[in-house]
Amino acid sequence: MQYVPYLLAGISVGGQYALIAIGYTMVYGILRLINFAHGDIFMAAGLMMIYLANPLTLWLAVPLVILFTAVLGFAVERAAYKPLRDAPRMSVMISAIGVSYLVQNVALYVTGGLAKTYPSLPWISDTITILGATTKRVTVITPVLTVVLIVGLVILIKKTKIGMAMRAVSRDFETSRLMGIKINTVISVTFLIGSLLAAVGSLLYFANYTAIVPTSGAMPGLKAFVAAVFGGIGSIPGAVIGAFLIGLSENIIKSGGSSWTTFSDAFTFVLLIIILAVKPTGLFGEKQTDKV
Amino acid sequence: MLKITDLKVNYGGIEAVKGISFDVPEGKIVTLIGANGAGKSTILKSISGIVKPSSGRIEFLGTDITSKDAAFIVGKGVTLVPEGRKIFPDLTVLENLRIGAYMRRDDLTEDLDWVYGLFPRLKERAWQAGGTLSGGEQQMLAVARALMSRPKLIMMDEPSLGLAPLIVRGIFDIMREINKRGVTILLVEQNANMALQAADFAYVMETGRITMSGTGNELLNNPAVKAAYLGT
Repeated sequence: MQYVPYLLAGISVGGQYALIAIGYTMVYGILRLINFAHGDIFMAAGLMMIYLANPLTLWLAVPLVILFTAVLGFAVERAAYKPLRDAPRMSVMISAIGVSYLVQNVALYVTGGLAKTYPSLPWISDTITILGATTKRVTVITPVLTVVLIVGLVILIKKTKIGMAMRAVSRDFETSRLMGIKINTVISVTFLIGSLLAAVGSLLYFANYTAIVPTSGAMPGLKAFVAAVFGGIGSIPGAVIGAFLIGLSENIIKSGGSSWTTFSDAFTFVLLIIILAVKPTGLFGEKQTDKV
Repeated sequence: MLKITDLKVNYGGIEAVKGISFDVPEGKIVTLIGANGAGKSTILKSISGIVKPSSGRIEFLGTDITSKDAAFIVGKGVTLVPEGRKIFPDLTVLENLRIGAYMRRDDLTEDLDWVYGLFPRLKERAWQAGGTLSGGEQQMLAVARALMSRPKLIMMDEPSLGLAPLIVRGIFDIMREINKRGVTILLVEQNANMALQAADFAYVMETGRITMSGTGNELLNNPAVKAAYLGT
């Protein structure tokens, strides 16, 4: 039973990575852009929680954080990516790196460079015991909430008109426009959804941490990105499975004791190198074929 | 119905269309024929709002649609069946049809019945991914998808491209059938023989300019057209 806490933590962290990874994979699917600012938007959601939780009640702060983060993602797309729609992909990517630094530096300015204490969320942060393992309630809530949100997302993409438009746009901009689809609206919706899920992920992720600094989004962002690549970037199920596998592996390594814990982060990146070398398209990635 | 006046378009760094004027009267089949690179596809793209013309005017049913948003133009009743069919390979056949009606908010049952009547093969394959269809079936799907927007004018870019002669004949039969239902057709073709036989009126294009025009029959019997495009 000594592995139970590690497995629980692994599933939980995996769910949090999954919520971030979906944002990477959806944006890549539609724009072929790796949105380097995504991890920082995730961090910004954490900061918003810190600044909103104090004056407001928690039940008001949580929806506001989710709303503001979605709006932030939308605004970043409109300001930094949309003007570059016809530019080479490299330019958009560099713009994304710029946004990443901008968000981090604004955070640095706002916080004054001090680590800000993350509010303790009642009920979610309460300690519970499962199978003899003591953990926070968030550990159990995360995978459940993640699965619910992913099922909702899959239904949106498979069954609704906007979902159908998203699938069409991710394939072919020009033909989608011929159908009367407004490309920019569909792209904005993608960013709204991705940022919304990152905000939820942020609430769950930072519940396990005491403080946030402006670079707090970098590591979870990177790991979620690795998860998306592992699963095959552009594929939502791939990103989710990749995220859970990385979350679990990381924590299983930690169960080996403190000498192994040091290597848990390294594992993720070694995995990335192996995937890129062995199967660059990832588990569920589409093969690059040039259609005639 | 569609009135093009002195249209000029720059595309890919060259002036692909060099001041063209022509009309498409309501209820007719009008065709533009010409060799590769004559600027035919560019004209259709600028009518549908995908490519912005550098000057000139495009008028549809009295409304100026020059440089308007593609969605606006689809909403007005102008649809393009693009060259190379461009169906969405990982959407099902039914989804491809539904996305053709993206601008509409009303019930699609009647239209689905109509296009399934025109192309029974599509009904059999409604749940298959578009990418699994054969070339001819994909062309049928592209036409059916365009019809789902209830167009007043349907523009077809090289519908015969890469298809077997028998299938091409089928596509042209369907085109006449659609035309009989009151849909005006603007057809761009390299298969001049088939196009001229089907057309009420035709224009011949060469390197960005219209060089000849006349009814389909007139051009079929024109010696210059015969020599250059019909190979007889």
